Amino acid sequence: MPMPEWLRSRRSKNADARDAALWSKCPVCGEVLYRRDLAANLYVCTKCGHHFRMGAYDRISMLIDGDFTEIGAEVLPGDPLGWVDKKTYPVKLAGDKEKSGLSEGVVCGIGAIDGFEVALAVMDFHFRGGTMGTVVGDRITLLLEEARKRHLPCVIFTASGGARMEEGMYALMQMAKTTAAVARFMQDGNPFITVLTDPTTGGVSASFAFEADVIIAEPKAMIGFAGRRVIEQTIRQKLPDQFQTAEFLLEKGAIDMVIDRHDLKGTLVRLLQYTSGSTSVAL
Amino acid sequence: MNDIIERERGLLELQKRIADLRDANASQPVDMSPEIAALEQKYEQLQREVFGSLTPWQKVHMARHPSRPTSVDYIGALDRFDELHGDRHFRDDPAIVAGFALLRGRPVMVMGQQRGRDTKENLRRNFGMVTPEGYRKAQRLAHTASRLGVPIVTFIDTKGADPGITSEEHAQSEAIATCLLAFTTARVPIVATIIGEGGSGGALALGIADHVIMLEHSTYSVASPDACAAILWGDASKAEEAASRLKLTAADLQRFGIIDEIIPEPLGGAHRDPTSVVAKVLGSISSGLQRLSAMSPEALLESRYQKYRRIGAWHDERRAAVGSGP
Repeated sequence: MPMPEWLRSRRSKNADARDAALWSKCPVCGEVLYRRDLAANLYVCTKCGHHFRMGAYDRISMLIDGDFTEIGAEVLPGDPLGWVDKKTYPVKLAGDKEKSGLSEGVVCGIGAIDGFEVALAVMDFHFRGGTMGTVVGDRITLLLEEARKRHLPCVIFTASGGARMEEGMYALMQMAKTTAAVARFMQDGNPFITVLTDPTTGGVSASFAFEADVIIAEPKAMIGFAGRRVIEQTIRQKLPDQFQTAEFLLEKGAIDMVIDRHDLKGTLVRLLQYTSGSTSVAL
Repeated sequence: MNDIIERERGLLELQKRIADLRDANASQPVDMSPEIAALEQKYEQLQREVFGSLTPWQKVHMARHPSRPTSVDYIGALDRFDELHGDRHFRDDPAIVAGFALLRGRPVMVMGQQRGRDTKENLRRNFGMVTPEGYRKAQRLAHTASRLGVPIVTFIDTKGADPGITSEEHAQSEAIATCLLAFTTARVPIVATIIGEGGSGGALALGIADHVIMLEHSTYSVASPDACAAILWGDASKAEEAASRLKLTAADLQRFGIIDEIIPEPLGGAHRDPTSVVAKVLGSISSGLQRLSAMSPEALLESRYQKYRRIGAWHDERRAAVGSGP
């Protein structure tokens, strides 16, 4: 069974922390990239164009002009099931916080993209695989409610392994909660755009990710409902490499466009122009 | 092997011995009544021991028991049922049975996930794992019901959505997501009942409701225990451990405010007395609809929104419990 791309990139981390801070190895072409060059190129491999996973704040600073007012930052995770496996859930969360520098798997807030004020949510795979628990559900819902109140467009960047197992049914119910917030937001005529980044699966892909007016994906992003491993176990055969990539979904008609990260901001701005209610857009 | 069936085997043997003794007793002069009474007492005691308190994993097996009543058993007990088929795009998914029906005289739109009762039916029904076409049938009928003011009744019984290649090609995520949208915006009362296993988003797709009922030994979880163990620990054989951690029993979920009502089952499970269980479930659904029918569509939508808004929501109580966070 081939190792999924996201797992390969996670396992290929350089053991030496100081080196890792300076250099990154492209998981696809193997090129060793100077971290500063990589950042300057929006975390896209300068040799092969592989899109690295981005941290939420890197993404926000790539898109937002000036100030970004966070929403829901005070919402923090609890331990509703008292979950314990090899570690307790609070210990796992503390590790994710340390590793990602985030308090949870999504950062939400209001800011401007090229002058367009938007409600923006960015999920981050580095926190518990971007899984959706009560905090992700709550923050997304608070953002959609605020956007609805202020008639702002909403843009959500997804990156998620699905629902968070350690929060059990509370996690599953966040699909219902966020969907209800999306429905109210959209019924009022507000535009909703999602950008699916690597990976977007399970409870997140089967809720707000696929409820938007326009669905964009980054190149080669893995997108699907069931994980590759689950499907391979079910059908007992190896899946083609292209299966569940952004390009595959585009061909099957499930998403609107696949956009290179360098063109992403421009594309979002054009979509915001079409949908902002304006009757005349200056070129 | 199903753990409940294993447990039932011992009881069945004892039951047979009692019956044999009774037959023998009738045809011979020595009175064996005291022995029979003792065995019957032992049977009762054993039954209580075996089924009196089931672990979460045993409940999963109970929920998957091949003789457990399935959606068609409940639908078949309605006053009338006219099945509606297909997603109007590609095909009819036999893993969802749906249509107009009368419940105690009230027109309803009923839909249920349907697993098979034997291997042949399981193959036809895809073991109750719904494909995108099934979810599109469900959302189409939810829209129809909403527009025509017909309440929606759903039965949940699935390990999860179908994880096959074709389902991915046909956008399983989109099918479930838009099904959730259809149920969240339906302007009619919705009552959902988890009758067997409720696994993941595939179950929730028919599970957004104003009143959620669970049978005592049914289960409802973020992923089936097998899938959860595979996802977290890369080992599906740790399903029993996952089952105990996931808090998937009806009592747990009522405590969490995720379900509203539990219907008790006879000792040994719903399949021991399906007729009375089906009648009890239909009675509860009917009372639920009766109560909800007094609400205006606006009040219904607002109360449904707030209900899901509250689940796991950040509030002062949780803030205090979390403290400064991890």
